[in-house]
Amino acid sequence: MEKFTVHKGIVVPLDRANVDTDAIIPKQYLKSVKKSGFGPTLFDDWRYKVAGEPGMDHSKRELHKDFVLNQARYQGGSILLARENFGCGSSREHAVWALTDYGFRTIIAPSYADIFFNNSFKNGLLPIVLSEQIVDKIFSEIASSDAYELTIDLEKQEVITPTGETFAFEVDAFRKHCMLNGLDDIGLTLQHADDIRAYEEKRKQEAPWLFAS
Amino acid sequence: MAAKTLYDKLWDAHVVREEEDGTALLYIDRHLVHEVTSPQAFEGLRLAGRSLWRANSILAVPDHNVPTTKQHRGNGTAGIDDPVAKVQVETLNKNCEDFNVKEFLMDDIRQGIVHVIGPEQGATLPGMTVVCGDSHTSTHGAFGALAHGIGTSEVEHVMATQCLIQSKMKNMLISVDGKVQAGVTAKDIVLAIIGEIGTAGGTGYAIEFAGEAIRDLSIEGRMTVCNMAIEAGARAGMIAVDQTTIDYIKGRPFAPTGETWDKAVEAWQDLVSDDDAEFDLVVRLDAAKIEPQVTWGTSPEMVLPISATVPNPADETDAVKSNGIQAALEYMGLKAGEAIDNINVDKVFIGSCTNSRIEDIREAAKIAQGNKVAKNIKLAMVVPGSGLVKHQAEEEGLDKIFIDAGFEWREPGCSMCLAMNADRLEPGERCASTSNRNFEGRQGQGGRTHLVSPAMAAAAAIHGHFIDIRTLAKEA
Ligand code: SF4
Repeated sequence: MEKFTVHKGIVVPLDRANVDTDAIIPKQYLKSVKKSGFGPTLFDDWRYKVAGEPGMDHSKRELHKDFVLNQARYQGGSILLARENFGCGSSREHAVWALTDYGFRTIIAPSYADIFFNNSFKNGLLPIVLSEQIVDKIFSEIASSDAYELTIDLEKQEVITPTGETFAFEVDAFRKHCMLNGLDDIGLTLQHADDIRAYEEKRKQEAPWLFAS
Repeated sequence: MAAKTLYDKLWDAHVVREEEDGTALLYIDRHLVHEVTSPQAFEGLRLAGRSLWRANSILAVPDHNVPTTKQHRGNGTAGIDDPVAKVQVETLNKNCEDFNVKEFLMDDIRQGIVHVIGPEQGATLPGMTVVCGDSHTSTHGAFGALAHGIGTSEVEHVMATQCLIQSKMKNMLISVDGKVQAGVTAKDIVLAIIGEIGTAGGTGYAIEFAGEAIRDLSIEGRMTVCNMAIEAGARAGMIAVDQTTIDYIKGRPFAPTGETWDKAVEAWQDLVSDDDAEFDLVVRLDAAKIEPQVTWGTSPEMVLPISATVPNPADETDAVKSNGIQAALEYMGLKAGEAIDNINVDKVFIGSCTNSRIEDIREAAKIAQGNKVAKNIKLAMVVPGSGLVKHQAEEEGLDKIFIDAGFEWREPGCSMCLAMNADRLEPGERCASTSNRNFEGRQGQGGRTHLVSPAMAAAAAIHGHFIDIRTLAKEA
């Protein structure tokens, strides 16, 4: 997992509540053998005029020009701003994979669906909870500017606006630790890499046939 | 030193480190990989920029999706009609190339069902920990190994760290005492065990199968028993090492040789439970009482001897169970009280990781020899577990026996065990199958599966209905 320390990026305002996982990634894409490649079909129904199928060339599809992801000023956006109960619906981890594959590193919303919230941390996507008021304020600041970037400082647990205003957010200590250090289950196990190597050395002496091929 | 069970010994030998709460990092010696559960794991490694901890611990093979008809085989993946399936197999090929993993490609004679080829190659050895993204990995426990299935995220975890995060299971001993009657096979033994303890009976346990009837089994038979440990709820089943185990492994491509072989054999002698080892649960079965088994319902525990009649939900006092029987009978299209040997079948499938090894094929061929498949049978197919099993069977002329009798002789793969390729049941069709799961829709939507031994399946094909193979033996 990529480390998350300080991140600065363009904010994409998705002014909707209850964004569900079907909207994030429609079911026809779940047949994939991959965890990556979901980016082009993120928010598929909102983004394109005609429903897509796996395997098609999404760059050739006709766009809903007004949808935020299709607007010029939000290209390269890496922070998603949304309303309450983001990520409700099914447990599909594909929803998180689609967001990260697109390039999002953070979501800011007043609340999230549980499973989505957990899945996010497993994949290095930081879901930040800010109050409805603050989220509202950010939405209007974006609307009244031409370009809007936020800085997320996970160590300090702060969201910093272009004017230097800061909003504090909460995050579970263990999850914070994992994200700061880029640790997932695998990352945590790899912290014991020396133990694993030592075990291997010992076993190679006792039972060399286990290491032949 | 305290007495240990076989499972205790295998566990202890593989603990890399243990946390205070008892969870441990368990070292994995052998990782088997197939096309369905590995793509996201490889992809995960790529995304994280990780490499394999030990590429030579992995052996990969496509099996679930591969077509089993000759015209669809030969030219790599070109013969796979279903584009999604094809991509899965091609993805496996590419991943194995990129990550330098040994893979038996579709047109390699060593290709076959992952749980058949591991042992066949000597890639499964006594004392190993063996994992695969597939629940029937328990099969490999037949060699005195600790083997169990894992999920895709765990597949990735093992690829990257060579370890699994595990908590220790409890110990169960299932002893099948005495000798079985003629015509009773490993499949009947394990179905009888599941009938006895139920599909959740082994949940939370590692099961060791023991007793004279288990000792008497060939390695093939032992694999059949361990294969279905998962159907009894246990992630791992195992059998102690003895001379049968060692004789089977000797000379196989991945097996040690020379001095290392001698050293290994010496070490393997210890892979038995100590005499005074304590088990959390002991179950005993009298081998002589086991008859050929047939499942009648939609769970492997819904199983009865061939001499029995289909159960009546009205006889069951427990309402939940009674409803379960009722629902199963409806799905299966059976009437309470019907004699099992009176049930006609439409299709016969001899194959799957439970029963597709040479011994299984021989048993079925013995019944098929000189006979013809009954008129009411729409399809009777034999799908060997690997290219090498197929080759050996052909050397022995078994393919001719089947073809002459009217069976189809197929290319190796999982085939109709889970109907991911073109081999499947149509709604309402009834199948005598040597596979391991009779769940609703498992062999095709609406399909009705009866699990039996290879000999019983062959006999059903010849007679058009289930029949007690012990009576056939007497006639002959
Ligand atoms: S034969 Fe059936 S049970 Fe065995 S691995 Fe293949 S699909 Fe799974």
